[in-house]
Amino acid sequence: MQTVGQPIRKKDAEALVTGKPVFTDDLAMKDCLIVKLLRSPHANAMLKKIKTDTAKLVPGIEAIYTWEDVPKHRFTLAGQTYPEPSPYDRLILDRHVRYVGDPVAIVAGENEECVDRALKMIKAEYEVLPAVLDFHTAKDNEVLVHPEDNWKALCPVGADNQRNLCAEEESHAGDVDAVLAGCDVILEETYHVRAAQQTMMETFRTVCYKDAYGRLNVMSSSQIVYHVRRILSNALGISKSKIRVFKPRIGGGFGAKQTAVSEIYPAFVTWMTGKPSKIIFTREETQTASSPRHEMEITVKLGADSEGNIQAINMYTLSNTGAYGEHGPTTVGLSGHKSIPLYGSLKAHRFSYDVVYTNQMSAGAYRGYGATQGIFALESAVNELAERLHMDPVELRMKNMVREGQVMPAYYGETANSCALDRCLMRAAEMIGWKEKYPCRDMGDGKIRSVGIAMAMQGSCISSVDVGSATVKLNEDGSYMMSIAAADMGTGCDTILAQIAAESLECPVGNIAVSGADTDTSPYDSGSYASSTTYITGTAVRHACEQLREKICSQAARMLECGAEELEYDGNVAKDVKSGKTVTLEEIGVASMCNNVQALQVTESYSSPVSPPPFMAGAVEIELDKETGQVEILDYAAVVDCGTVVNPNLARVQTEGALAQGIGMALYENVQYTDKGKLLNNSLMQYKIPSRLDVGRLRVEFESSYEPTGPFGAKSIGEIVINTPAPAIAHAIANATGSKFRELPITSEKIAMGAR
Amino acid sequence: MLKIKQYIKAESLAQAYELNQKRNNRIIGGMLWLKMSNAQVQTAIDLSGLGLDRIEETEEECRIGCMVTLRELEMNQSLERLSGGIVRESVKNIVGVQFRNLATVGGSLFGRFGFSDVLTCFLAMDTYVELYQGGIIPLEEFAERKRDNDILVKVIVKKTPGKYVYLSHRNTKTDFPVLTAAVSCVYKNGGQEPCKQRNHKSADFECKDKQKMGYDIKVVVGARPAKAICLRVSEEWSDKLENRVCQTAEIEKLARELAEQVQTGTNMRAGAAYRSHLAEVLIKRGLLKIYGDIQGIGGDRHAD
Amino acid sequence: MQISLVLNGKKITEEITPDLLLIDFLRNHGCYSVKRGCETSNCGLCTVFLDKKPVLSCSVLTARTDGHAIDTLEGLQDEAKEFGAFIADQGAEQCGFCNPGMIMNAIALFRENADPTDEEIKEYLAGNLCRCSGYEGQLRGIRAFLEYKRQGGASCRQ
Repeated sequence: MQTVGQPIRKKDAEALVTGKPVFTDDLAMKDCLIVKLLRSPHANAMLKKIKTDTAKLVPGIEAIYTWEDVPKHRFTLAGQTYPEPSPYDRLILDRHVRYVGDPVAIVAGENEECVDRALKMIKAEYEVLPAVLDFHTAKDNEVLVHPEDNWKALCPVGADNQRNLCAEEESHAGDVDAVLAGCDVILEETYHVRAAQQTMMETFRTVCYKDAYGRLNVMSSSQIVYHVRRILSNALGISKSKIRVFKPRIGGGFGAKQTAVSEIYPAFVTWMTGKPSKIIFTREETQTASSPRHEMEITVKLGADSEGNIQAINMYTLSNTGAYGEHGPTTVGLSGHKSIPLYGSLKAHRFSYDVVYTNQMSAGAYRGYGATQGIFALESAVNELAERLHMDPVELRMKNMVREGQVMPAYYGETANSCALDRCLMRAAEMIGWKEKYPCRDMGDGKIRSVGIAMAMQGSCISSVDVGSATVKLNEDGSYMMSIAAADMGTGCDTILAQIAAESLECPVGNIAVSGADTDTSPYDSGSYASSTTYITGTAVRHACEQLREKICSQAARMLECGAEELEYDGNVAKDVKSGKTVTLEEIGVASMCNNVQALQVTESYSSPVSPPPFMAGAVEIELDKETGQVEILDYAAVVDCGTVVNPNLARVQTEGALAQGIGMALYENVQYTDKGKLLNNSLMQYKIPSRLDVGRLRVEFESSYEPTGPFGAKSIGEIVINTPAPAIAHAIANATGSKFRELPITSEKIAMGAR
Repeated sequence: MLKIKQYIKAESLAQAYELNQKRNNRIIGGMLWLKMSNAQVQTAIDLSGLGLDRIEETEEECRIGCMVTLRELEMNQSLERLSGGIVRESVKNIVGVQFRNLATVGGSLFGRFGFSDVLTCFLAMDTYVELYQGGIIPLEEFAERKRDNDILVKVIVKKTPGKYVYLSHRNTKTDFPVLTAAVSCVYKNGGQEPCKQRNHKSADFECKDKQKMGYDIKVVVGARPAKAICLRVSEEWSDKLENRVCQTAEIEKLARELAEQVQTGTNMRAGAAYRSHLAEVLIKRGLLKIYGDIQGIGGDRHAD
Repeated sequence: MQISLVLNGKKITEEITPDLLLIDFLRNHGCYSVKRGCETSNCGLCTVFLDKKPVLSCSVLTARTDGHAIDTLEGLQDEAKEFGAFIADQGAEQCGFCNPGMIMNAIALFRENADPTDEEIKEYLAGNLCRCSGYEGQLRGIRAFLEYKRQGGASCRQ
């Protein structure tokens, strides 16, 4: 392969490193109305009165909207394929506010100053209601987060607003209770992961304006332009033909922007006033009123025989979706379906869950999407089981892990057609020096060094749901245009997809110009999430390019007056083998634009019945201060099987970035509420993400399998890479201290006080 | 959002002082805290035209203008020598270079913030503040005072020969501290070396004498999370440290005794019990380090 | 109030309000490389030079820059391109939103210390947060750039 597998520079790299104005706010018109939101100070309250008349008199104020002004039908902000599994439980503004931060009024004005003044002058009177702030007590609580009659669930996910249930389900294979009863060793523990924040550097932001046709144009920092179009159509009650959604460069997403967090407010303002408007979320709003990870508490019951053969897993997940149900019914599924299949040795498994509403910030999609929580629980439990069995945890995993060719009953019965998990684990253990370092060494200076390990998996799309598409056309100079609606949010998918196209069309990657995502011009794509872009959109690109090649060849055959089967084509020159006559791609391109009836343009869509899991192993070495509990990451070895690595640089940086996020989540990224339901970690001062002094040394290698259904053998990498740090670090801490920590983050305080 | 109606670059301290007597007027230091507030400021008073951005070194002391930035403190060689490196050590974890290029020593100390690394560090040294109205008073006294409308003009650090240690515990490297601790050990008479030799057996130390001079050993604990407090090691203990074979266990005992005097509280970063535990650990480490270094006292001055 | 300052080598005299933050002044003057990532002076995205020193433009009153010189990445395009290429060669620019601030501060580091150790690099850039890269790729890029400089690449100074 010429292009696939090469560490090619990202197509937008130079603009990004030289600070060119390519992001949403850089491109906003200067005369945009400034849109800001008045937010609820209460966790659960009903608006008794809201007075905006004096605020409206502030010079420069264009409009102030309250619950009385907005449409009354409910929708979801989740960026999911219709019919969305997430319940329709939102209004643009609701009289019933359900968490501290829930919007109460939309204010639009000429500048920030007048909007700030008006915000202070709005008088809202609330009837404060008791709030559900402990997700353990949410199910069947007498306080209902969504008592309203017009709440509805479009899909049968077990949702019931009269029980504070966003979803519930149970699935199993085999008789788990019977198998567990026959096991020599049983381990049952409960693990807790908080609502960690994506913390992309660019906060949520959207710019809206009307075009010459009176259509609503929405430029937004979004991973899901087509879903945003549907959400706006739902929210505003207008036709999709009246809406265009497009994204410029995105300053990071990590799933946060798979929910339409900011779009509906300026869209409503522009639709009502006809004037351009923009909303820029503050960091505080981004930290307190957005779409973080679902808090989950997971109980794992493992059974093994005395030889260390793991026979059964019983898992129960309680997930906290917060005030609204975005991604609630789906994230929870991954906590079991993308952890349990790591073990191919099982005779039986059961996975059940409840997803509950509470009066806390609504959760959403964050890299890993439930698998992160499930894998923290299961991999921690397996490490504890190894200790119980007096077995090396690497050996225990080698004995039980899923192998290539195995059917995975907990993974919708799919077969692991490509799986190098065994090689990943062995290599990670070798890189970290497992044999010499496990479990720990006392350094004699009050410090102890220890190692920990974990495995992970994810998917490569939502099988039989996600759609990826690409339009590829030939220009008259032999270069190509490729249009996609997958969203490059910094990950480099524009470049990766261009590499796949270049490989298919046998041309340099520089000959492929990529544009998107834009609902007016890009072919339909469900968007960049669920690790689907390389696998799904990449396959669509491949198919489109193959078809375009055929069209190019048939055009060449016409020009050379021969049959297409007599043609040799190398991506640049087509040759009639018989006559020896040739025609260049450029000539073909030129000919396609004169007296031609066959467009040299192809659009292909792709959807997959399977979602081949990438696999990985992560091993960490830490140094722990026995007195203060301080943990230093010394070395992190990550070995990933993402199938064929399309761009090793970008795959490596994906991995390193996610490891850092995982390290933060494991050790200090904290989520703390007051007893009134106010979130305290509301800034980068109070929600501490790792700086470059905190991450230690990160080492990444690849052990590639070849996925037969993927483009050039590729699977996914975007999400899986966040899943190992939490369980591996928890393991290392346990190996250093002898104490098990089953709740994240594992702060130095917990370690020191736990050890005392 | 912060609102400022008027901005005045003061032409004299007298003018700045007079302006500062009005309730809604504010002196702006590094702006880092003020910027985050919702204050409605009538007049912002800028001292940056008054030459207070310099560090002057004399035979006896370093005089640090209130507008000197934390980055300048960090890079200043006089302070590095005088403090045995703890000034640099105390500020290097504060957010980042760009932040420390703005934050001022005056702003850091005037605020008497609980979390302040800077306050903890300077309290450990022989430090005074020069107030426009209040004259020169010890920093320790200033730290106890309520906020008023005076102006902190300079910070004066005496070149007292001694040994200093600065320690902090943080949840992440550039976060606010969970706890800070500084220990200083100086001669009562500012005199000469007391210990000519030291035997070093594992973690136990032994001072064999010589001529008794007497130390002042001071322990400062900050970010409790309340404002830093100063503790004095009793003469009895100081004597022990100077004169006798001192076992690690004894120093641990002293650390425990001192830590018991530190009132701690709970905030987002940690609970009171952990802070009390950390206080004991950091004080112990500070004392052990000082004890290990004790023979070198006075050396710095000669090294100058 | 009226101020005069030199922005990217060009003298500007302008009426401003006393509470205008430098970041907003700069973006109003087309310096879109200057990004806001927080309200608490923690992220480093808005780093610019004030009299050649890197500062957080979100925390500087424009009033205070009267008579001073401000440089943004718009004024350092050659250096940004030269150094940025090494970041791009690692794929470490990723989303790019933190890049201008990080690149400004890295340039400040190279001017202060032409041959920094890994530890010095990490300490100097600690105030530049990045959520995409995990920092390792940035470090590789910086090392490669320094090596290129050692091999006689064009001078970093303007």
